[in-house]
Amino acid sequence: MCLAIPGQIVELAGGGHFATVEVSKVRRTINVDLLEGEPLAEGDWVLIHVGFAMSRISAEYAAEQLRLLAMLGEDRQAMAELDGYRFGDEPRSKISQKLSTTEDMRTPRKDPGEV
Amino acid sequence: MSAVSPVVASLVNVMKYVDEFRNPQLIRQASDEIRRLADPARHYRIMEVCGGHTHAIYRFALADLLPQNLELVHGPGCPVCVLPMGRIDEGLSLVEEHHAIVTTFGDVMRVPGRHGSPLERKARGADIRMVYSPLDALKVARQEPDRHVVFFAIGFETTAPSTALTLRRARELGVTNFSVFSNHVTIVPAIRAILDSPDMRLDAFIGPGHVSTVIGGRPYAFIARDYRKPVVISGFEPLDLLQSIVMILRQLRDGRSEVENQYNRVVPWDGNLPALRVLADVFELRPYFEWRGLGFISQSALKLRAEYARWDAEARFAMPGVRVTDPKAAQCGEVLKGVLKPHECKLFGTECTPERPVGALMVSSEGACAAYFSYVHRRGQSLAQQTTS
Repeated sequence: MCLAIPGQIVELAGGGHFATVEVSKVRRTINVDLLEGEPLAEGDWVLIHVGFAMSRISAEYAAEQLRLLAMLGEDRQAMAELDGYRFGDEPRSKISQKLSTTEDMRTPRKDPGEV
Repeated sequence: MSAVSPVVASLVNVMKYVDEFRNPQLIRQASDEIRRLADPARHYRIMEVCGGHTHAIYRFALADLLPQNLELVHGPGCPVCVLPMGRIDEGLSLVEEHHAIVTTFGDVMRVPGRHGSPLERKARGADIRMVYSPLDALKVARQEPDRHVVFFAIGFETTAPSTALTLRRARELGVTNFSVFSNHVTIVPAIRAILDSPDMRLDAFIGPGHVSTVIGGRPYAFIARDYRKPVVISGFEPLDLLQSIVMILRQLRDGRSEVENQYNRVVPWDGNLPALRVLADVFELRPYFEWRGLGFISQSALKLRAEYARWDAEARFAMPGVRVTDPKAAQCGEVLKGVLKPHECKLFGTECTPERPVGALMVSSEGACAAYFSYVHRRGQSLAQQTTS
């Protein structure tokens, strides 16, 4: 239930709500609203729970967590969960409109008021 | 041919698991330190609140690395385990009575209700669908605009922000054929109830890991201040748990009671502010809520705020609040409170198994009974077979 799966961000969607993560070659869309205010970048690792990134973590801790899941016998369940996220498959019309500027992609959540 | 004695069996297992650990040397050091710190004249009872910790403790046979006079008591931090059966029945009644599609997490699918588990009722034709994320439940609603889709929400503060964000998104997108049946609970009132319970004598708490990423360390302060019990927020690795026990024993030795954070590589002291904000925007505390095994606990669960009434299954549909008594022979309540060990329940391993669970503690891998069955009971059986064959 409280399974947390480490995933690496491979792409940040414009609009700031979603990102694509990769875990063991499986790519899925997750929501990153709970990391609002954190400077997220491609290559960062996050802990994922029920489709949402909960915390940004170090690459080292991500490796530890993957190993722990395997030791707990929960690695398959974790991959099934990640593989089972379907909300990223929907046509994301609003998001793709916002994606039209590449600037949006590079600075996914920089508020104009912030430095 | 005689069976292996329990001591030999446990030694064999300790060796097996210690070798598997990433840092066997550090594990041995922590275990030695625990033995050094534990006063042989005392009996220690430490509660691990979180079901994920319970699972790890059994999986890694950590009890074998602890002195005899240090007992780990399994806490209420397994969401499906503390859900009263009436809530299952009530959530599923929406399928028949309102022709709704009910969506929920895999753990809930196997929890027995009075008329079968969601999985069994699905096999009999009820439109109940397993999802991995509340956002997937919302997606079902958008794909089936002519049906009403209910998300049977469950979980502690780790999971509740995800439901809250999904509700916010439903509102933004104007999806009105979607609602949430909230069974979200909060851990701190349950800890308080346990502390106030006369049959619970505990010395300290191993604080939950992922719940604390959301709520941080502050909400536990009253445990240290008012009840004078140490709390150490812990990670899930065997070494994390042993180090947390070392930190607890040091506090007890020094007569201190503080909230310490062993898991600070993930848990910020202030918690996750965006998560706390969205929780406060979408949810409010119920005056009281029933917990299986613990009874009614005031201000221990979350309901949707009036602004979200349109998406609140309990506000949209007449849900009378069904109460169902647990099967009499099952002693889930005593096990949940730590009064009984899993194998001391009359149904354990015979009528109640992970394949055919009677009580919810046997359903989830985080439930004490399922964890005990998988790692202690089966292990004992296979050892016995090895030695008699």
